[in-house]
Amino acid sequence: MRIELERRSRQSSLFAIVSPLLALALTVFFGGIMFAMLGKDPVSALFSFFIEPLLEVWSLHELAVKAAPLILIAVGLSVCYRSNNWNIGAEGQFIVGAIVGSILPITFYEWNSPLLLPMMIVMGAIGGAAYGAIPALLKTRFNTNEILTSLMLVYIAQLFLDWLTRGVWKDPAGYNFPQSRSFVSEAVLPEILSSGRAHLGIIFALIAAVAVWFMMRYTLKGFQVVVLGQSERAGRFAGFSSRKMVWFSMMFSGALAGLAGISEVSGSIGHLQPTISPGYGFTAIIVAFLGRLNPLGIIASGFVLALTYLGGEGAQLSIGVSDKVTRVFQGLLLFFVLSCDTLILYKVRIVFDRARNAATKRA
Amino acid sequence: MIMFEAILLTVITASTPLVIAAMGELVAERSGVLNLGVEGMMIIGAVCAFIATNLTGSPYVGVLAGIATGAAFSLLFGFLTLTLVANQVATGLALTILGLGVSGMIGESVVGVPGVKMQPIVIPLLSDIAVIGPILFAQDLFFYLSILLVAGVNWYLFKSRSGLKLRAIGDSHGSAHTLGLPVIRTRYLAVMFGGACAGLAGAQLSLVYTPQWVENMSAGRGWIALALVVFAAWRPWRVLAGGYLFGAVTIGQLHAQALGIGLPSQFLSALPYAATIVVLIIISHNRRTTLINTPACLGKPFVPDR
Repeated sequence: MRIELERRSRQSSLFAIVSPLLALALTVFFGGIMFAMLGKDPVSALFSFFIEPLLEVWSLHELAVKAAPLILIAVGLSVCYRSNNWNIGAEGQFIVGAIVGSILPITFYEWNSPLLLPMMIVMGAIGGAAYGAIPALLKTRFNTNEILTSLMLVYIAQLFLDWLTRGVWKDPAGYNFPQSRSFVSEAVLPEILSSGRAHLGIIFALIAAVAVWFMMRYTLKGFQVVVLGQSERAGRFAGFSSRKMVWFSMMFSGALAGLAGISEVSGSIGHLQPTISPGYGFTAIIVAFLGRLNPLGIIASGFVLALTYLGGEGAQLSIGVSDKVTRVFQGLLLFFVLSCDTLILYKVRIVFDRARNAATKRA
Repeated sequence: MIMFEAILLTVITASTPLVIAAMGELVAERSGVLNLGVEGMMIIGAVCAFIATNLTGSPYVGVLAGIATGAAFSLLFGFLTLTLVANQVATGLALTILGLGVSGMIGESVVGVPGVKMQPIVIPLLSDIAVIGPILFAQDLFFYLSILLVAGVNWYLFKSRSGLKLRAIGDSHGSAHTLGLPVIRTRYLAVMFGGACAGLAGAQLSLVYTPQWVENMSAGRGWIALALVVFAAWRPWRVLAGGYLFGAVTIGQLHAQALGIGLPSQFLSALPYAATIVVLIIISHNRRTTLINTPACLGKPFVPDR
């Protein structure tokens, strides 16, 4: 038995929509098998993982809180990946955005002004963009692989944050806890409804997604991204610069990751601490692919992945499985997304050798 | 002198997993496949080796378990990228994310359980030689395997017929296919070899380097191994040299922390990662030499026409 692929003459628009859904279904199915292997009733485990979080108002708010950074980062990454630049260091850009955005509320902790929050947000985005610019500089100037450099910078950013929150930025009145001063209320991102914790971050995310969708679809910049991503040569003939695209895509995705970072810190946490992200920067890679690198698709997939975080926390309490289940689900999902995407470009046939031999003989 | 020997021994222990994992990836990349899942295969190898050792009491069973799970895990990658021609970069990331998740989940039961440290294999007579004897000939299994691996892969790639074919497939899968070479099968085997090596490297971490299970204990070593392959310009002996360079940086910063020199510990811990970036810059800045050395079909999908 073997699997053969036959290229479709054109992309299947049917499978472009069906494949993410198929991937989700397969993930849930194999997740059920996994729960059964862990000795849990698969149906009730899946229920408490995927459905229960959707039944209460407070957890819908939590869903928005977790979806916001995922969507923001993934939208930026989609531009990057479309242009064939592989920024996988969004986690680092998220952290640096959070750090740079926190400079004002931590060092000038007595200053409060309506200007404070907008300045923090701009600084956060600049911080993320600057950190994203490092792999861009190394790639354009020294021809260095951006996958490896952006990833190494994640570890460096994490250690730097650790140093800040245990060292110079440690709250002097914080009973020696490794965290910074709490932000003053003027530095906290407002909540959008009184019923829960969902803050402006999710609004930023939705605006960013729609804006990037518009950019990719209707502007010359978006066209450049796609052309250079599919064929650098073709792009060069059209007069587009692939060097500039490296800078643009890395800094753009960095800026959105940085924005996500400062939104998370000022919206949900309220101070800096050694760990500020449960791997949002990496999970956003899955969000981007599940959304088929389309900003509007990413809105939907951002909520799906946010649900895996929430489900993981819930399942830990209600059915007593490890919260590591979240990561497993996320990994499985990316696997299935990638395999189902094959259906968009190829027809897949399972050929049984006996039948194939018979066919060759006849011919 | 004893101090110096002790430092050298720790450098070797820190370098060995990097060398082993990078050798596996080197073979995969020479065949044209870029597998970014080294970190994931390594960590899954580490946890399975630890659990198998704990169940049986024999670290050798653990080593085999690490190799087997690394290879099995790489098959997932192979199926997606070779059979279903999925994007290699994204699939490699998926492998890493899945590996970190699965290892965390199945390792939860053995967190804090004391490990079985693998005993060094002392080679008689040779180990009695002053200075180099105890360093080179009283090591654990992994060190000997890593040296054999480097020599073996070097011989295979550049002296054997089969290795020549593998390189041909990595440099031009189209022509290789036309010549009748089995592109997909060779790549499957190369990917599995890479997975087995990553699993073996993971086993070293949980059986020798720190004989216990800690979540995420690979701490980016899989990625450093990937950088090592670039650093080595896809040549086995240079992987050995590069691995020891990184091992020395890692151990150097640990000793610097212990001596309490003025820098904060976090800055010292960041050194291996910063060193990776610096080394990549030095190696990559000459575009021409990089292009000459990189397998021409690295990361490109191949669909045989029928």
